[in-house]
Amino acid sequence: MREKMVLYFPATVVEQPLTYSLIKDYNLMINILKANINPKMEGRIVAEISGEKKDFHAGLEFLQSRGVRVFPLEQEIVWVEERCTHCGACTVICPAGALVLERPEMIVRFKGDKCIICEHCITACPSRAMEVRY
Amino acid sequence: MTKKTYEEINEKIRAGEAVVVTAEEVISLVKERGTAETASYVDVVTTGTFGPMCSSGAFLNLGHPKPRMRMSKVLLNGVEAYAGIAAVDAYLGATQIPETDPANKSFPGHFNYGGGHVLEDLVAGKEVFLDAYSYGTDCYPRKTYQKTITLKDIPYAVLYNTRNAYQNYNVAVNLSDRTLYTYMGLLKPNLGNANYSTAGQLSPLFNDPCYRTLGLGTKIFLGGGVGYVSWFGTQHSPGAPRGENGVPLSPAGTLAVIGDLKQMSARWLRGVSFLGYGASLMVGIGIPIPILDEEMLKYTAVSDEEIFTPVVDYSEAYPQGTGEVLGRVSYAQLKSGQITLGEKAIPTAPLSSYAGARQIAGILKEWIQKGEFLLTKPAFNLPLTGEGVDYKGSVGGEIS
Ligand code: SF4
Ligand code: SF4
Repeated sequence: MREKMVLYFPATVVEQPLTYSLIKDYNLMINILKANINPKMEGRIVAEISGEKKDFHAGLEFLQSRGVRVFPLEQEIVWVEERCTHCGACTVICPAGALVLERPEMIVRFKGDKCIICEHCITACPSRAMEVRY
Repeated sequence: MTKKTYEEINEKIRAGEAVVVTAEEVISLVKERGTAETASYVDVVTTGTFGPMCSSGAFLNLGHPKPRMRMSKVLLNGVEAYAGIAAVDAYLGATQIPETDPANKSFPGHFNYGGGHVLEDLVAGKEVFLDAYSYGTDCYPRKTYQKTITLKDIPYAVLYNTRNAYQNYNVAVNLSDRTLYTYMGLLKPNLGNANYSTAGQLSPLFNDPCYRTLGLGTKIFLGGGVGYVSWFGTQHSPGAPRGENGVPLSPAGTLAVIGDLKQMSARWLRGVSFLGYGASLMVGIGIPIPILDEEMLKYTAVSDEEIFTPVVDYSEAYPQGTGEVLGRVSYAQLKSGQITLGEKAIPTAPLSSYAGARQIAGILKEWIQKGEFLLTKPAFNLPLTGEGVDYKGSVGGEIS
């Protein structure tokens, strides 16, 4: 199975190599989409985790046993097509190739499966056609 | 030798017999049939552009409340419209932001709502809150007026843009090591991207580069309705260097345009926000070019490979007005998604919607084919070099 998850790390475990254990001990593939540590030294990681169903659940249980709070990612980026002018400004901003200008039509397409939810496009889109939804 | 007059072309339009093609379609026609044959066959070429044009706004006459009022301060959804004209007239500019907007105090500012957005809301038929103040006079005693209104409640509303449809525009890049937030969009450090904002071969002023058919009174598609060229635009600088095809190699001509706001649509007047820069309005403009002779046909057949524009550094050269140009690229290169400057490949992005420009040219073509839209001969043409104006500023100037 493959899920996008949000992991909240308390300050006490931020420096432990927990993701390494997930890979090594639970055979999970971890694709970190976004990671940040706030001034209180608490961490938040958005990651796509994939592997066998059994490993997946065991891995998450392991994280929870170490004080990490785990939630499925319910945030998503939506492209409000009616507001999109197909200007193309977002296409050099998106780091994941999720917003692309199709040539020669010069029409912009949003490929949601490629989106890493970095949110760069939200304020970079002049028409405010990109939105975060929870 | 093909020679056609405006009257002859309009006669054909009225009869539903005019041959109308877009500025994109004419390119392949010329490749197939040559210029002489295409010139006699085609009567009108339609052009289009849909991009951010900051020098835009509308004169609004808000109607007299009872008792009467000489509005000296007018706010629409919190955005101030200039009221230093007659009693209930005001000019709402596209880049005006609410007094409460923190602007760039927390950098980069978001500028989520401004004059351009109020204009979009008005043409979309949405309710807008009018808040007006006055010092009161014997003839105009009322001092405050608050009311929720729609465009229908505004007796007169005229879009009047003083600088639109720039003939060519800079490609913006960033040589510095920090991100720049500009009216040309977000520019990543160390030549991370190159932004441009012209529709190239579809853009109106590239298709009549020497203004043979453009001037006061030229009837156009404006914001989804019918408008007119009302003057040459501010910073109109026809003396810019030109290629052999007459096409300027840097920003040159501009248009002032006017039209009835009530005919327009939110599809083609769109409030936009530039991170760290401000609010603006995307305006859709389409101009029909009459094929008076083979020379006009040649002008309209110009393609992206033959139109060049300067690459300018927005970390230093542009803000300091040095006029330095890093190189020139063609619109064909820009549209391919990548340009090269020296050794470096730089990804490109447009700010002006080519898809929108193509649609506008298509709509205008349809209007003319249906016989609904006749062409007008200008009362005078936009000045060309040596004919009065020549802007002496450095390359660019805030985008039209
Ligand atoms: S920047 Fe916004 S309006 Fe422009 S193409 Fe991207 S999503 Fe559409
Ligand atoms: S959030 Fe926006 S910029 Fe970031 S990856 Fe998704 S589409 Fe691209």
